[in-house]
Amino acid sequence: MTETSQRPRPLRVLAAMSGGVDSAVAAARAAEAGHDVTGVHLALSANPQSFRTGARGCCTIEDSRDARRAADVIGIPFYVWDLAERFREDVVDDFVAEYEAGRTPNPCLRCNEKIKFAALLDKALALGFDAVCTGHYAKVLVNEDGTRELHRASDMAKDQSYVLGVLDDRQLAHALFPLGDTLTTKDEIRAEAERRGLAVAKKPDSHDICFIADGDTQGFLAKRLGKAEGDIVDESGAVVGSHEGAYGFTIGQRKGLRIGTPAPDGKPRYVLDISPVNNTVTVGPVAALDVSALTAVKPRWCGTAPTGPGTYTAQLRAHGGETEVRAELLDGTLEVTFTEPVRGVAPGQAIVLYDGTRVVGSATIATTQRVTAPA
Amino acid sequence: MAYLDHAATTPMLPEAVEAMTAQFAVTGNASSLHAAGRRARRTVEESRETLADALGARPSEVVFTSGGTEADNLAVKGLYWSRRDAGPDRTRILASPVEHHAVLDAVDWLGEHEGATVEYLPVDRYGRVRPEALREAIERNPHDVALVTVMWANNEIGTIMPIRELANVTAEFGIPLHADAVQAFGQVPVDFGASGLAAMTVSGHKIGGPYGIGALLLGRAYSPVPVLHGGGQERHVRSGTLDVPAVAAFAAAGRIAAERREWFAREIGGLRDDLVDAVRTAVPDVILGGDPARGGRLPANAHFTFPGCEGDSLLLLLDAQGIECSTGSACTAGVAQPSHVLLATGTDPDLARGTLRFSLGHTSTQADVVAVAKAIGPAVERARTAGLT
Repeated sequence: MTETSQRPRPLRVLAAMSGGVDSAVAAARAAEAGHDVTGVHLALSANPQSFRTGARGCCTIEDSRDARRAADVIGIPFYVWDLAERFREDVVDDFVAEYEAGRTPNPCLRCNEKIKFAALLDKALALGFDAVCTGHYAKVLVNEDGTRELHRASDMAKDQSYVLGVLDDRQLAHALFPLGDTLTTKDEIRAEAERRGLAVAKKPDSHDICFIADGDTQGFLAKRLGKAEGDIVDESGAVVGSHEGAYGFTIGQRKGLRIGTPAPDGKPRYVLDISPVNNTVTVGPVAALDVSALTAVKPRWCGTAPTGPGTYTAQLRAHGGETEVRAELLDGTLEVTFTEPVRGVAPGQAIVLYDGTRVVGSATIATTQRVTAPA
Repeated sequence: MAYLDHAATTPMLPEAVEAMTAQFAVTGNASSLHAAGRRARRTVEESRETLADALGARPSEVVFTSGGTEADNLAVKGLYWSRRDAGPDRTRILASPVEHHAVLDAVDWLGEHEGATVEYLPVDRYGRVRPEALREAIERNPHDVALVTVMWANNEIGTIMPIRELANVTAEFGIPLHADAVQAFGQVPVDFGASGLAAMTVSGHKIGGPYGIGALLLGRAYSPVPVLHGGGQERHVRSGTLDVPAVAAFAAAGRIAAERREWFAREIGGLRDDLVDAVRTAVPDVILGGDPARGGRLPANAHFTFPGCEGDSLLLLLDAQGIECSTGSACTAGVAQPSHVLLATGTDPDLARGTLRFSLGHTSTQADVVAVAKAIGPAVERARTAGLT
């Protein structure tokens, strides 16, 4: 097996450049490897803000300018493509709709699936490019028969294969992740950027959702969904507080519940369940969050779909740990049983299955089965 | 390399480079009273006379600015303020909807911050304002119009406006007319004195002069309220130390632009015709933007709409082959928006995304046309596959 980033044949590569340090170094490495690289910054907001507000996003004019400067230094052509409409439809609207339905979406994953490796990739291929390059930390390996495998990055601490778990074989065949085999710290990537003369070397990392620049997800949702006051109830159904919209909560959430009456056992309470139908949020003790099994829908496989039950490791959220599962695909639904109960599993999130470091596939969590069923 | 974006900026003429570099070594503030100052002043005034001569104006009518954008702002805002000061009812501004953003955004700003009522004049499918349409708009209330602003020739689709006829209408009502002639200068006859205009904008770097210099031609009867206050230079209308090297180079370029105008229209216009023919042959369903009549459009402008294509895609594909052109529309953070000019002419917004503007200039050659003829067919085919995202 060989890594795509080291393939000898020069490719025509479209490098997606967010204006951050990772994608800039990725583009620089692709160019250095001899590929014919063109940089493109995706304008994802219809009303880009002139200045950075709060946490760094990737939608500001400043980010676009940073990406352009990086491309100048690398010495590659650079363009800005307006994918704001597609992004709004496929990522932002989906994000809002998922929260409205009481689920917890992962917009980065959705963006990779629908924008970077769909809208952008399709356009790139049509225009004569061979591949799309990003600054993700993940590896694509090529099998003898030409099929592709997606693997965790060499550096597990930075691995981003989870948010790429939605990519299928065709998408992987046109993906280039030059940072995937990096066994270096973020500081060393910054040092590399510095060495290459890239001014983004000192730019802060982005952690938050790019289209919510101030990091206030609740406020963002409230503006779109309006306020809808409802009850916070405990497991017995007794009202213990109120909220301004059930959509604003995530399963496993502890902070921001503002419950007046303390729990009988005096211990903190967590969001156990969100019911958009009757606008109710159920809270309870931490033990009630333990999940023994789940079902997940819309499975996507990196390669051929597995047949019969299998044992995998699973990751349930970005930056989450691994846990052992038994999984089987039954009538298009993935049925997953955990070897050990796990805590805080939210419908809407993706479950990504791994075989060692290899990504097997992913699916969207639909239902969970609690160890102690809520009353 | 085929540089076909001269409407964005055109290479400096050797004569302009020479005039500019010669002045770099000379010291002197044109406002100073000593010998060095007088020397600088002399250069400025000679340049002013040269430009006035090239534009059919009197030297005192040439007000140097930092470029076309500043001249447009000075004309639109300054005339609005002075007219309103003289008659508080005069708050209506009539503007063509196909203006450059330097006019459009200045006018909109007056609407948002200075109580102006902005009215966009109707245009035909070539983006042209008809004198009857202007008359009709004025006659709705001739007493409340502060000014009218209509560009001499459009920067995107090249349509030439009937400036003399429009000025005849405004003159009847005693209303000042401003024209942005940035694209017209050097390509069509521009005679400020005969035009009937109150004010007219020209720019250095579009005619083979340097960046950062332009002028507002300003009739002597007009005293617009300044946008920049300070030392009172340029008839107290535009303060700021004069950029002597840029002024000298602008004048050198302006003189040549006027002298070679007929040659330009004939030779470069001929190349433009060849380019249009070549593109039409390669892409039979292409739509030519602006007035198809030779006399109705700038000789160096060729504007196309390619159905089913994204202009951005075409630009990337041609750029990769060394052909430099423009989608012709203004950018926000580098993101192309459908052109306000095309939308004003009634073009479907989806179609308006597939535009390219080729603008020729004094260095254009037959080889540039050949390069486009060869590349455009395959590029359009490929861009169509990529479609509209």
